[in-house]
Amino acid sequence: MRISLAWLRDFVDLPESPEELRATLDDLGLVVEGIERVGEGLEDVVVARVERIAPIPGADRIRRVVVEAGAGPLEIVCGAWNFHEGDRVPLAPVGAVLPGGFAIARRTMRGVTSNGMLCSGRELGLSEDHAGLLVLNDQPGAEPGRHLIEVLGLTPDVVFDVSVEGNRPDAWCVEGVARDLAVRLSRPLRAPRLASPGGVTPTSALAGARVEAPELCGRLTVSVLRHVTIAPSPPWVAQRLRAAGMRPISNVVDASNLVMLELGQPTHPYDRDRVAGSTLGVRRARAGETLTTLDGVERRLATSGRGLGDTGVDGVIVDGEDRVLGLAGIMGGAASEITEATTEVLLEAACFDPMAIARSSKRHGLRTEASARFERGVDPTLALRAVARLVAVLEESSPGLEWLAEPLDVTGDLDEVPTLTLAATDVAGLLGTAVEAAEVRRLLTGLDFVVEGDDPFVVRPPARRRDVRAGLEGRADLIEEVARLHGYGRLARRVPSWPEVGGLSDRQRMRRRLRDAAVALGALEVWTPTLVAPSEHGLLALGPPVAVANPLSAEESVLRATCVTGVARAWLRNLERGRGDVALCEVGTVFTHPAVAVHPRRTRGGVGGRSEVALPEEGERLTLLLGRPGDDAVAATVLARALLGRLALRDVVVRALAEAPPGVHPTRAAALVDRVSGARLGVVGEVDPALVAHLAGGEAPRRAGLVELDLDALFDPARATPAPRAIRLPSRFPSAVIDLAFVTPDALNAQDLAHALGATDERVESVALFDVYRGGAVPSGARSLAFTLRLSSPERTLDEREVAQLREALIESGRALGASLR
Amino acid sequence: MPDDRLDPATLADDLVNRVHALASLDALREAEASLVGRRSPFAELQRTLGALDEEERRTLGASLQEARRRVEGELEARRGLLAAEERRRALEADRLDLGDVVDAAVRLPVAVGHGGLIAATQRELEDVFVAMGFTVEEGPEVESDWYNFEALNMPPAHPARGLWDTFYVDLGDPETVVLRTHTSPTQIHLMERATATDGLPIHSVMPGRCYRRDTPDARHLVAFHQIEGLVVAEGITFADLAGTIESFTTAYFGPSITSRLRPGFFPFTEPSAEFEVTCTVCGGGGCRTCSMTGWVELGGCGMVDPAVLTAVGIDPERYHGFAFGFGIDRCAMMRYEIADLRALTENDVRFVEQFS
Repeated sequence: MRISLAWLRDFVDLPESPEELRATLDDLGLVVEGIERVGEGLEDVVVARVERIAPIPGADRIRRVVVEAGAGPLEIVCGAWNFHEGDRVPLAPVGAVLPGGFAIARRTMRGVTSNGMLCSGRELGLSEDHAGLLVLNDQPGAEPGRHLIEVLGLTPDVVFDVSVEGNRPDAWCVEGVARDLAVRLSRPLRAPRLASPGGVTPTSALAGARVEAPELCGRLTVSVLRHVTIAPSPPWVAQRLRAAGMRPISNVVDASNLVMLELGQPTHPYDRDRVAGSTLGVRRARAGETLTTLDGVERRLATSGRGLGDTGVDGVIVDGEDRVLGLAGIMGGAASEITEATTEVLLEAACFDPMAIARSSKRHGLRTEASARFERGVDPTLALRAVARLVAVLEESSPGLEWLAEPLDVTGDLDEVPTLTLAATDVAGLLGTAVEAAEVRRLLTGLDFVVEGDDPFVVRPPARRRDVRAGLEGRADLIEEVARLHGYGRLARRVPSWPEVGGLSDRQRMRRRLRDAAVALGALEVWTPTLVAPSEHGLLALGPPVAVANPLSAEESVLRATCVTGVARAWLRNLERGRGDVALCEVGTVFTHPAVAVHPRRTRGGVGGRSEVALPEEGERLTLLLGRPGDDAVAATVLARALLGRLALRDVVVRALAEAPPGVHPTRAAALVDRVSGARLGVVGEVDPALVAHLAGGEAPRRAGLVELDLDALFDPARATPAPRAIRLPSRFPSAVIDLAFVTPDALNAQDLAHALGATDERVESVALFDVYRGGAVPSGARSLAFTLRLSSPERTLDEREVAQLREALIESGRALGASLR
Repeated sequence: MPDDRLDPATLADDLVNRVHALASLDALREAEASLVGRRSPFAELQRTLGALDEEERRTLGASLQEARRRVEGELEARRGLLAAEERRRALEADRLDLGDVVDAAVRLPVAVGHGGLIAATQRELEDVFVAMGFTVEEGPEVESDWYNFEALNMPPAHPARGLWDTFYVDLGDPETVVLRTHTSPTQIHLMERATATDGLPIHSVMPGRCYRRDTPDARHLVAFHQIEGLVVAEGITFADLAGTIESFTTAYFGPSITSRLRPGFFPFTEPSAEFEVTCTVCGGGGCRTCSMTGWVELGGCGMVDPAVLTAVGIDPERYHGFAFGFGIDRCAMMRYEIADLRALTENDVRFVEQFS
């Protein structure tokens, strides 16, 4: 919200500098996001009348303009196109310095000398309008040569850009900000000048008001203004609107906007002649009704939207013949708009239900200054005070204006104002800072809370504080107000302590060990996108995609079901840059559609959490790609075993896979299987060359080893069997080392054979495969596997006889599995 | 039609037979031109069309087209078949029994790896909080509306939801499933679990990835990382919150960096605050990064709203809680002076290699 310092000073004395005020506002939670000075540096700018406009040969963006600014014709080169001969526009003559320090000098363009600059609203710091010159034709007294600040009645001002939090609708206006400042600075708050209704004709003689949907409209007031002259606003009104970032239009509309900015109450003026029966009503829109709003869009009313729990209720304003005039509290329709010919105004000032406005506004994609205020909650007692202010402002430019007596005032359903109790000990109990009871009373009273009794107090919030709830929540709301006005900076700090110790979970420790191991083995950690293109998802057979309903782009519209594609893409990009000689690793989440998930997640959902929704399964994977020249499935297998070595698992076997998972080389893949549980803990192999080729847009440049670990399985002790805790002391006696080579059928896994050998006798210290040989005397369908075995006893050095016995037993173990000594 | 001219359909039959006889992709590529290309009988026939009258030309031209299309179709089908076969053969030739891998045959690479910057920052933050007595908890990235919003005191259509630009997931009824916009839903899971298992008090931090539907720029990514803290216990006050934030600030950013709180608004905390820390660029003197204020905003915090405690079945008369949250990416950005966050997701090796 842009808010003028001069305007604030109408309400409260503020001798402080803008910077001092900024600090105070920040500390009140009214954060100042910027400070702008307006109306400065315009001393030299004068009104000029456009006498002649002529093209400049060879230039199609600029024109030669001759203006009269009181001292004879002046030639100016101008790039704006929104003005005509005879128009009056602002001229910054040579030597003037505009806001922002832009100095005007004599310049020659295309052979034409420009003796100054014709200015837009933005160049003058008066508005955001940069589309063309600020045309002053409608401005009274805009005679050539007169100073612009005189004509516009400008005084230098400071504009704060204040960010008002969603729970402070009361502060979303000049008076509200001034009120906070007044309490904080212990100064009185001045009331604005208000008009009163008068005359003998009661409003009811000429107008009507009906609330047919009391749940949507807590209050509807209808006033009649007669003898209205539509004219430009007085300069001070126009200046305040401009400072707030709004464009002055005409006195009635401007007064309505001014009051909204000043007091926070949106109002809506109608041309009384154009409202049938001179009656305004509020009701629910009926299915099939349509309305063309002021922005020219035809809207279908009462159709339910996509929003959760949205039933399609629209509140509408209707006339005496039940025809829809506008979307209540959001935007009016064109048919009843005031025009230059309007002489009688029907003025609506109402209070609508915040949630209903929020729903309609969202459904129609229509957010206006009014709807934004109503959806946060407008003071239900403010309406007629706002009208009184509007009339007081309008009277200045519409003398003889009459506001008919006894404006219509209909109430609907309003939330009850809660009655709360608050003790100074409650404040201390929540804040940890003692604030004296008298101070609590002073702060709350300053904000117009009714505070009765002695500590504990009975507190009733003013109607405007719709953010203050009932019960315990309301008490917290009150304590926040006390803390805010007292100053957060003055609150105590204490470092809490508790007997429970902090720490990581087993899973988090495991994840760190794996990450560290991957990095220690040379991997670079990457972060690839979770949101991918549907076509990328479709590259692999990963089941139905989990799609985002409202993606920013199709390229990022599906939750990834694998990290392999992302990591492969990252590798290829680096390969293109000549840096593919790396191992990349990602620890990330993958998503599986609930329709095909092994462990679908069901959780509370729906309105009020009253139903159950099925959510995607989220799995955690470590995906490691080995991309250095020569890296392949063999390297990946060795690396995977090294990684798993960090996790103290009992025994993981590399087993052939009948079918490789998506993204993995079909004939160079194996599963990492927990021997005890049989659960799959991961996959090793190479990235599917077809995938790499596709991502590379041609042939796969080279092999890339792949390790994919399933962290969910690894963390589950029922799937990943832990190694025994106890650590065996190594024998102090020398080990005997023997080599055994077995002719082993292809169907027999080398590690199963190794495991059987190791389990033969407790004196087998270790078994290591050191050679695989095919061909020669080894029959086809089998290969020779050569193992080195270390044998030892904790009690003594094994003698030859014992070693020979063991050797026989080991050979027998192999034979039992179908492997014969070579 | 003169008899010496070939009927296109018969011609096609013959060519299709030749296509079926092709035994390899190489053979197919070699034969292509003579089957349907410039050296094909079709091309020859085409050249004779000029000599015919218009009627004949049209009839013959049409059947020629059709015949050629048939051969082309067969050729493509054959190409697909042969390619699949060759791929299968290549894959078979490539087959490797990884059970037979000899560990000693491959020397593990000796290289310097580098952890991810966000992961490393997250770990540093976790470690600070663990040392302060917090446990670390995690939650899912896809949530129901209830956990992401409503249990946090934001019923459907609540205007405060506008603070979070939300991605909805196409599951169930519209707008019932979301990509979490903050880590706060994990708080709800945690408190629900505590209620069910008599697990109070809670002192936990919750790091994780979140999503906002906002066009990415140098300071914002669609996916980003947050860490959130929650303490629920008897006798907890705003002073404990302010003290915790100050301890953390000094521990993480260094002894010269301090924190301050100013009023803010979050639907799930009351009182709420924004917390700011001394600008690490200028040390508090004022610079462009901090808009000359000496402070940079880091995150939000507050006392858990009684409505939230009630929603998860915790008695707000007996227990108070505080919560805080801030961006992990933003901490990394401040600490490592990263000009553009988007570099983090580009995964350029030259960028990653600089992390320690």
